[in-house]
Amino acid sequence: MAEFTLPKNSKVRQGKKYPARAGAKDVRTFRIYRWNPDDAENPRVDEYEVDMAACGPMVLDALIKIKNEIDSTLTFRRSCREGICGSCAMNIDGTNTLACTRAVGDCAAGDVKIYPLPHMPVVKDLVPDMTHFYAQHASIKPWIRTQSAPPPDSERLQSVEDRKKLDGLYECILCACCSTACPSYWWNGDKGEGNDFLGPAILLQAYRWIADSRDEDTGARLDELEDPFKLYRCHTIMNCTNACPKGLNPAKAIGEIKKLMVERKGA
Amino acid sequence: MSTGGDNSLRNPLKTARGYGSAQSGVRHWWLQRVTAVALIPLSLWFIGLALALVHADFVSARAIIGQPVHAVLLVALVVALFWHGALGLQVVIEDYVHTHWKEIALQLAVRFGAFIAAVACIFAIARIALG
Repeated sequence: MAEFTLPKNSKVRQGKKYPARAGAKDVRTFRIYRWNPDDAENPRVDEYEVDMAACGPMVLDALIKIKNEIDSTLTFRRSCREGICGSCAMNIDGTNTLACTRAVGDCAAGDVKIYPLPHMPVVKDLVPDMTHFYAQHASIKPWIRTQSAPPPDSERLQSVEDRKKLDGLYECILCACCSTACPSYWWNGDKGEGNDFLGPAILLQAYRWIADSRDEDTGARLDELEDPFKLYRCHTIMNCTNACPKGLNPAKAIGEIKKLMVERKGA
Repeated sequence: MSTGGDNSLRNPLKTARGYGSAQSGVRHWWLQRVTAVALIPLSLWFIGLALALVHADFVSARAIIGQPVHAVLLVALVVALFWHGALGLQVVIEDYVHTHWKEIALQLAVRFGAFIAAVACIFAIARIALG
């Protein structure tokens, strides 16, 4: 059965408060989910007051400031700080997004709430376990699959029109904001019973190769997706499209796959 | 979470690839839409019929439903409605009920329930139209 309540050892408690230094001018409070696998404690929400007058504009700037100056035990992933690596995906102000491209000023008034990506196993604090997500990505064989021999003296070429079909797909950075915003992925993405929903990110990636004019394995790709759970758990909820920090439309990509399924089978 | 614990010695790809594709799903998806499209005109017509029956007495209501056009469309509505409903409930159960025996019991209940209800409706309509 899908679980709608948290187990006892996952109930979130009120944590510590870290007040701003005296003389801080522009104080903003960050309420951040904390969980440490090394103690036997429940998760807690710590409150950090940050002087925004001495902090960069993005949520990631605030997180780095907290880690550097207030509490070095705060754990999170980050790398490129410009929305291209996907490392700092987390749930900020109720929406899955990238901490590096989300401005603190764009968050709702009041405290800024920061949690890890929803419904993923937590490694520590804001760091989710992405193992299954990456394995699902590997399962669709996300590389060009061809039968014809490669041209001896050039790349496989593609017309400008065909290249345009990859716009809106190739930009995906696999941050998992969309998949972890999807209720269908929550309930059916990690059952481990051999029939998991692939989720919007992986299905968009699958469509990226189906739509590629140079790929010659379209039929096999569609075969691999035609499944009540892998593909058809998508009920067009559209949380994926709302969440995508890159402005992509995974729901549309999934719709295109479903259209191709009907087209090749006939009504 | 099923990728840890006893599965920790397995490659995560084993879990992700699972049983592979069931090679089905298109038919279900298509039928759900076909029945949905059929229900649009049928529902509109049924609202009209229901309004016509509001102030009718028993005898005249029987006569209206007994007309061949109304009887045939009513049977069509019943088939489309219970078919569509069963397909939809099947998905809801697949989504949320993950205890194996409970899921099978509910899927059987939905199918049998929808089938019996549809047969009962059609029987009632036929009795009025033919009787």
